[in-house]
Amino acid sequence: MRMLVRIVAVVLLGGTLVWWFQSGKNAGWTKNRVAVERVDEITGINFTEYEDRFIPGIEYPVAAGVAAMGLTGLSFIRRRKRLTSGAGEVQ
Amino acid sequence: MKHSLLLTALLIPFTATAAEQTFDFKDPKGVNHATFLLDAPLETITGTANGVSGSLTIDPEKPEETKGAITIDAKTLNVENDTMKEHLLGADWMDVEKHPSISFTVSGLEDFEMKDGTATANVKGKFSVKGVEKEISVPAKVTLLPDKLGARTGGKMEGDLLVIRTEFTIKRTDYGINPGAPTDKVSDEVVIKLAIAGASPK
Repeated sequence: MRMLVRIVAVVLLGGTLVWWFQSGKNAGWTKNRVAVERVDEITGINFTEYEDRFIPGIEYPVAAGVAAMGLTGLSFIRRRKRLTSGAGEVQ
Repeated sequence: MKHSLLLTALLIPFTATAAEQTFDFKDPKGVNHATFLLDAPLETITGTANGVSGSLTIDPEKPEETKGAITIDAKTLNVENDTMKEHLLGADWMDVEKHPSISFTVSGLEDFEMKDGTATANVKGKFSVKGVEKEISVPAKVTLLPDKLGARTGGKMEGDLLVIRTEFTIKRTDYGINPGAPTDKVSDEVVIKLAIAGASPK
């Protein structure tokens, strides 16, 4: 069970990092739209158009890291064993 | 003779202003725009606004007397994140419901210089943001594109185009834009770039 929780933590962190990296490793906040530079041929003015596109921000790998640490921490918590002895219950 | 003198007298006011041209900066194509940049130590914020309108009247003989106003619809301010945009347009920041426009009212040009068809000048005027108006002077590059309106409108209209580019910096706290916000996250200095083309149909 502990091993399973640790594997989930590693997969969560690794998967999120790979996804974030492949999505453009945006170190800022998540973007819902992306600015695309265009040039007006007549006037030579560079202008910006926005395309709806989801670019995950730094909060995703950070959240995945926190979750992975939490899961790993959980995996180290020992279950309290109930032992019985002649004198009674010992924890 | 008497008649010709009278005719000349009547024509003088018209000939005196014949060189004056008014350029309309309303742009349905959305090319005319302003960009803004706030470069704080912890966060860089960039955005645009493309709701540009207004007009400028320029007399090539007296460019220093250029007059007019350029207005930006504050509701067209845009950034790459929906939540950030909501905050930007909200009451703490730009409060676009109460102050729907950003304007620059031009009162004249200073240090006008012409070189290779492009003029440079300092544009004097009143810059108004969020209800606060301040007198400023900003450097601008102005290019006249004679007879280029036809190419831009697919031949529907004939006339000239005037392209203006400027870049200047303001302090958001001077204009009451969330003065309490920490400057390590949101820079006090806002770099504004404006690139606009005005049309003067013939």
